[in-house]
Amino acid sequence: MRRFTWLPLWCAAALVALVPLGLRAQVTTQRLAAAASEPQNWFMYSGNYFSTRYSPLNQITPANVKDLKLQWVYQAPVAGTWQTTPLVVDGVMYVTQRLNDVVALDAATGRAFWVYRYTPAPNRIVCCGANNRGVAILGNTLFMGTLDAKLVAIDTKSGRPIWQTEVAKTTEGYSITHAPLVVKDKVIVGVGGGEYGIRGFIAAYDAATGKEAWRFYTVPAPGEPGSDTWEKCAPDPKSYCDPDAWKHGGGSIWMTGSYDPRLNLTYWGTGNVGPDYNGAQRPGDNLYTDSVVALDADTGRLRWHYQFTPHDVYDYDSVQVPVLADNWANTGINVLMWANRNGNFYVLDRATGRFLLGHPFVKVNWMSGFDERGRPMQTPQPDGQPTYPGNQGGTNWYSPSFSPRTGLFYIPAWEDYASIYAPAPSVYREGSNFVGGGPKNYGPVPGAPGLVRGAPINNWTETAGRGAVIALDIRTGDQKWKFQMTDVTDSGILTTASDLLFTGGREGYFQALDARSGALLWKVNLGANINGSPMSYRVGNKQYVAIAAGLSLTVFAVDQ
Amino acid sequence: MPVSWRVRTLVVAMAWALCVSATGAQAPLHDEQYPEADIKYGATVYTARCVTCHGAQGDAIANVDLRAGRFRTAVIDRDLERVIRSGTPAGMPAFALDNAEMTGVIAYIRNMNSVDAATVAPGNAARGRDVYQGKGGCAACHRVGPAGSHVAPNLSDVGSTRSPAQIERSLLDPTSQMMPINRPVRIVTKDGTVIQGRRLNEDTYGVQIIDDRERLHSLVKADLREYTIGTTSPMPSFKGKLSSAEIADVVTYLLSLKGQ
Repeated sequence: MRRFTWLPLWCAAALVALVPLGLRAQVTTQRLAAAASEPQNWFMYSGNYFSTRYSPLNQITPANVKDLKLQWVYQAPVAGTWQTTPLVVDGVMYVTQRLNDVVALDAATGRAFWVYRYTPAPNRIVCCGANNRGVAILGNTLFMGTLDAKLVAIDTKSGRPIWQTEVAKTTEGYSITHAPLVVKDKVIVGVGGGEYGIRGFIAAYDAATGKEAWRFYTVPAPGEPGSDTWEKCAPDPKSYCDPDAWKHGGGSIWMTGSYDPRLNLTYWGTGNVGPDYNGAQRPGDNLYTDSVVALDADTGRLRWHYQFTPHDVYDYDSVQVPVLADNWANTGINVLMWANRNGNFYVLDRATGRFLLGHPFVKVNWMSGFDERGRPMQTPQPDGQPTYPGNQGGTNWYSPSFSPRTGLFYIPAWEDYASIYAPAPSVYREGSNFVGGGPKNYGPVPGAPGLVRGAPINNWTETAGRGAVIALDIRTGDQKWKFQMTDVTDSGILTTASDLLFTGGREGYFQALDARSGALLWKVNLGANINGSPMSYRVGNKQYVAIAAGLSLTVFAVDQ
Repeated sequence: MPVSWRVRTLVVAMAWALCVSATGAQAPLHDEQYPEADIKYGATVYTARCVTCHGAQGDAIANVDLRAGRFRTAVIDRDLERVIRSGTPAGMPAFALDNAEMTGVIAYIRNMNSVDAATVAPGNAARGRDVYQGKGGCAACHRVGPAGSHVAPNLSDVGSTRSPAQIERSLLDPTSQMMPINRPVRIVTKDGTVIQGRRLNEDTYGVQIIDDRERLHSLVKADLREYTIGTTSPMPSFKGKLSSAEIADVVTYLLSLKGQ
């Protein structure tokens, strides 16, 4: 049965190998929706619309993974750690390099076809590094968001720009760092800038022209649904409460959303409320920050939402990748799964947003549980005491993975990690930092000396948290196994149809684990922080695994 | 009998609180705990770097009164740090202060109304160096520049990386200020070799150590029989062993160590 299933795919692969690069049909919406039927390709940031970061390829196995060999390296000319995931379509790899370049490479050899260079405005305002996480593709066009909040369309054959649209004004603190999502004839993208008092939004643009088709603000204006969660200020000038807090309410978008073609809903996670830490300035739940929003892909209309952290004062952005799965726990319910920065794993009915499961995957003390509707019961810690998880969260933007074969959800986690928060008033000034104080100490010990964290030296040690890959049973949220790291990890996770799991970490190791047991099967030291997420593809009859480490893209395969 | 620092600070803080409530100003917006060591060191920084423009009373710039806590834009300490580090469009230049200087000068500015820089008597760095090299016995474990041991952390730039109060606390209660990476480790390899020292780096699969004989080791964890990390600093406390004047002198000496 297994042989019968896979034979046609191998035949197809052999045919693909005979066709010169670039002569395949262009990328249609049908091909994007049926990504699993073309396992040789990696069509979008998380591999498919369900954002599972699961590859159906199985040539690299637990038995031969020890024979993985470096195939090629592409080194970027600009310093700084990459967060990108490449696309591979019909033997051509499209990868972004700092600041906003796109490079087209022969995916088998790493030799370049072309480089598109975009120079973002020098007065751009971007938090947390000049990052870009990748491109999207439709037809013969690539789409990239830029650090100065433009959306650019680029020809796949020549690397020449086709159109360029201003999504928002960079001088107001807006930026784009994530890979766009193509749905039908539209390119969907959101804006970053949650530390600069932006008002976040998600917008769709016509793929052919760049004209805006719809826009959904993640912070409602007065009178709009949800605006009552931006409550009136008490008449107390000491609170610094801002009656117009919604104008700078954050809700940024910096990770790519997901899409359910049957429901025609696209799911996006929203970032922190502004200012991040000083809740007194913006009383109320502050919708739709720290939420998942389900939008009609044609109109941008909100179908439902779920807020993970109402009235957040910890910077628990909910910008993680939304992962979709069908028939959860044999209930017939099609779900959305979410490992949140706030330390909880969630399962929601993705048609309605109904809360089905919430379960902590790391130590959590900012809340004690959920009410029957899935609202967290918050337990703010006393002044000067640590809050778990800390400022960077139990996880963050690093891609999780879900394997339909194992039924396990894999999370790159920070364990035993806490922050001591010290909120303070912030006054909004256009383009300036607007966070409202911050974590006072990055370790859990009150009064301990400050710790400066930076690769390649791990001086945070055991006192300030550890990295881990945590495998959860999606039916219960219970931990099935854990792979412990000494330093924390910012690396995403890839799983494959041979039950392998690939991941990196801040230590610079790229590792292959047994996805069923967590056993270490192979590792290599790539010598730099692995900040991106692994992906897999095939050219000819060879399966490759690619990972960005530092400013290099490295590609591995088992020689046949 | 002079009023103690703690009482003076409290009195001033209460007076300040009364003033701001009378003027309708905001709640306290900064760290209210400013250690004496930081304030004293900050007074010397202020005298060296700030007094020319801001004046001894902190009111020489229009619309700014440092003693009264009146600034043009700054609200919290982080704002002060940003202004000092970046300068202002109004003409204040940017100052590249190190961590100790920044911590100190902010602590001093926040306490100017109770502390007169002219009367602050900092420790004596030369005397402190003598204590460091002699009575304190510090060089037996620590290194400054080319002299001393590698067994304990190198102090060549401790005056720029740690604040005055942190250095003082390190002398009185070393464990409270021990960076986790400096915790003492005891390792027994599978062949029975015992290694004691402190970590330089650590990852999932290995650990790099400098041992108590100043030798570097890079060890694979799978090859170890025992790996124990202590939480008590091997450094002795100098509380009661050095006078408060000697402690102040050593702190001042260490604050003068700014690296290359």
